[in-house]
Amino acid sequence: MLNSKIPAGNLDDKWVDYKGHCKLVNPANKRKMEVIVVGTGLAGASAAASLGELGYKVKAFCFQDSPRRAHSIAAQGGINAAKNYQNDGDSVFRLFYDTIKGGDYRAREANVHRLAEVSGNIIDQCVAQGVPFAREYGGLLSNRSFGGTQVQRTFYAAGQTGQQLLIGAYQALERQVALGNVTMYSRHEMLDVVKIDGKAKGIIARNLITGALEKHFGYAVLLCTGGYGNVFYLSTNAMGSNVTAAWKAHKQGAYFANPCFTQIHPTCIPVSGDHQSKLTLMSESLRNDGRIWVPKAKGDTRKPNEIPEEERDYYLERRYPAFGNLVPRDVASRAAKERCDAGYGVGTSKQAVYLDYAAAIERYGKIEASKQGLHNASKEEIIVMGKEVVKEKYGNLFDMYAKITGENPYEVPMRIYPAVHYTMGGLWVDYELQTNIPGLFALGEANFSDHGANRLGASALMQGLADGYFVIPYTLGNNLADEIYNTPIPTSHPAFEEAEKAVAERIQKLKNINGKQSVESFHKRLGKIIWNECGMSRSEAGLKKAIADIQSLKKEFWSDVRIPGEINEYNPELDKANRVADFIELGELMCVDALNRNESCGGHFREEYQTPDGEALRDDENYMYVAAWEAKAEHEWELHKEELKYEVIKPSQRNYK
Amino acid sequence: MAHNNLNLKLKVWRQKNANTTGAFVKYDVNDISDEMSFLEMLDVLNEKLITTGEEPIAFDHDCREGICGMCSLYIDGKPHGPWQANTTCQLHMRAFKDGDTITIEPWRSNAFPIVKDLTVDRGAFDRIIQAGGYVSVNTGNAVDGNSLPINKDDADAAFAAAMCIGCGACVAACKNSSAMLFLSAKVSHLAQLPQGEPERKSRVLNMVAQMDKEGFGSCTNTGACEAACPKEISIANIARLNKEYLRAGLTQE
Repeated sequence: MLNSKIPAGNLDDKWVDYKGHCKLVNPANKRKMEVIVVGTGLAGASAAASLGELGYKVKAFCFQDSPRRAHSIAAQGGINAAKNYQNDGDSVFRLFYDTIKGGDYRAREANVHRLAEVSGNIIDQCVAQGVPFAREYGGLLSNRSFGGTQVQRTFYAAGQTGQQLLIGAYQALERQVALGNVTMYSRHEMLDVVKIDGKAKGIIARNLITGALEKHFGYAVLLCTGGYGNVFYLSTNAMGSNVTAAWKAHKQGAYFANPCFTQIHPTCIPVSGDHQSKLTLMSESLRNDGRIWVPKAKGDTRKPNEIPEEERDYYLERRYPAFGNLVPRDVASRAAKERCDAGYGVGTSKQAVYLDYAAAIERYGKIEASKQGLHNASKEEIIVMGKEVVKEKYGNLFDMYAKITGENPYEVPMRIYPAVHYTMGGLWVDYELQTNIPGLFALGEANFSDHGANRLGASALMQGLADGYFVIPYTLGNNLADEIYNTPIPTSHPAFEEAEKAVAERIQKLKNINGKQSVESFHKRLGKIIWNECGMSRSEAGLKKAIADIQSLKKEFWSDVRIPGEINEYNPELDKANRVADFIELGELMCVDALNRNESCGGHFREEYQTPDGEALRDDENYMYVAAWEAKAEHEWELHKEELKYEVIKPSQRNYK
Repeated sequence: MAHNNLNLKLKVWRQKNANTTGAFVKYDVNDISDEMSFLEMLDVLNEKLITTGEEPIAFDHDCREGICGMCSLYIDGKPHGPWQANTTCQLHMRAFKDGDTITIEPWRSNAFPIVKDLTVDRGAFDRIIQAGGYVSVNTGNAVDGNSLPINKDDADAAFAAAMCIGCGACVAACKNSSAMLFLSAKVSHLAQLPQGEPERKSRVLNMVAQMDKEGFGSCTNTGACEAACPKEISIANIARLNKEYLRAGLTQE
């Protein structure tokens, strides 16, 4: 049985008690202890900075040219915190409850409660760092709403919240670099975890500029390497985002939990053609003010502005009157797919719905007119004023839309369609964020722990920073306290030598294939398989077919991929080949997991299991567990279950009506 | 949206690594949809190069939505190409006409050595931040976020400076390869917030000293940096930087 190490006691007291009783490492010993942090996004940068501040000797790695580029930077909308600054009934309990419910009762209560408890500290910490959050005229912090909640608890910095939070963490990290507590290795990719006597003791990293392999020892290894959304090829993730570090850990014995729990974000710019390399998200915050609709008539080819109000179907408001356009992401995505599949889609591809700002522009215009005392303002004047307000709130998003599509979203409704955005699944970790390999931790999106089967908007930033700033500094110490008796292991140890040799051999093997097809072409084909069969809706027959297809794709990859250039030089195609090889294996496990889970929950929608009105139908009796997969052999995994016990919340069918 | 296909000629800077000399190489790319992004056009070319056994062109890129600051490229003499307030990854082929010749170069600056082809090393920017581009506050020290009200205009102005993505277009645009716009954006961000006040003087002095050490040139206020900045960081920040520097220098203990 998996031991999640959840402390005993009342839910409210668990984290407080843990902090009060966990073991500590004294400052003199911390100075002697090297810790490896892989990835420098919100989780990695905040962890590396905080551990550096505590006195640990940190080595931080990222594959980008600077830690500031990590993909957390692209998060647009905001970060949740249970501050209740709006006096609208928010509390730690409510944030905890919303997150568990939003995750469709597949997350661990104790972890989520801790997340809600520290959420307020995150805002305080970021403000202290000089993160320029949006403010009201009184000088206090501003909030907005996000999906799946009925309070305003989201803090933001225009449409660039992730950027501002990451820059804050990056600056804290660079300060530690300057102080000599952190050594930064940019343009380095982790290619294996080194285990000695069953414990993680270091990594093999590849210097991406020279191609040289490096051995690094650490008393602990923290993987803060983000999610695996790029397995779909087309996603809102950055081009370099990958599963490699997590997958190497998995191959070394770390369990991979709930890999089929992936999030399809409802509001992205639709695919325009085969050349497309990535998809662009339009922040969920747009659903605060925008209204989503399709024509009431099938195959209506009129321009959106020519379709009168009564011939529009605001399907989210119709189906979910209580939450309307602010239903959770999985619900909104499926509803869009349902309308498009039924023939009501818009645009040339018919795989899109409208996100309309006309009503918001008029509403804001009226408010502005009344603020300025213009009681007889004409409709045109109101619209001009309304556009200004919308521009201030969402200007950068509207600009981005215009650049990509060539259309003006202030004049015509935006066309949107769901796209892969986030992965709730990840490395299995216990309450201390430690995987089942002692000394190996996973933080942020790389772990599975807090979002269940669906993540609520503005909660990813919260989790990344909670793990890095406020959880790992305690839980790492608790685990390293006994390690002080062990001296550092030199990297000449046979385990390091063997791991390095294995990595070198794999790279050589990839290079030697010298086939005909590019890495990119394999990645595209993998993405199509996963999107079609393990995307917004899944079925037994489809998943079985996908598994067979992926297995044969893997064979083809390892016999016909072509990697140009040399091993010992800057070679982005080789880097990509390493990553795609791992994505192919992960893709198979995702389908295995989706096939095993004979229920629908959150982002995992099995066609066989739905209510009469098309909502996800959970099976709590048989599937209220975390599926943690252990790699046994090629195409072979063993399932370990962690039962989820709900002591405080009573699971029910999610109802957003 | 109706779209057109373009046939284009590219002149691309190719250079094996920092220790070799480079040269322009010409390529034809055909049937490029004007709905593609500029980098997708390069992807198409690279796929062709790979299948014909040639080495693909190395260029930096990651988020492809204009926020990570990883992409660069000096396109037809302009950092990030012809569009205003835009990054290369957000540049779309609508900006070009059928038959155009497009010249693509890396950022050119001694402080940004070439890694390969169009990829450069911008580590100097990280080192400038290390010199003082932060507030020295350890995790756990913070007081309640709302205990310190900040005038909205000041917060907005700090945010406008903090929007810098650290791409280096300002350096590439400058005839002297000055990093003043980058540096001033960080100094302005923190100088306009009460959180930045305690280290206001040492920050500006140390960051400027590091910039000089990295080999960036001097600022002569031509404004080329501001014109090229994808995030429209204002040159007024450089004026503020100069003021902060002078103030710090004159009042230093």
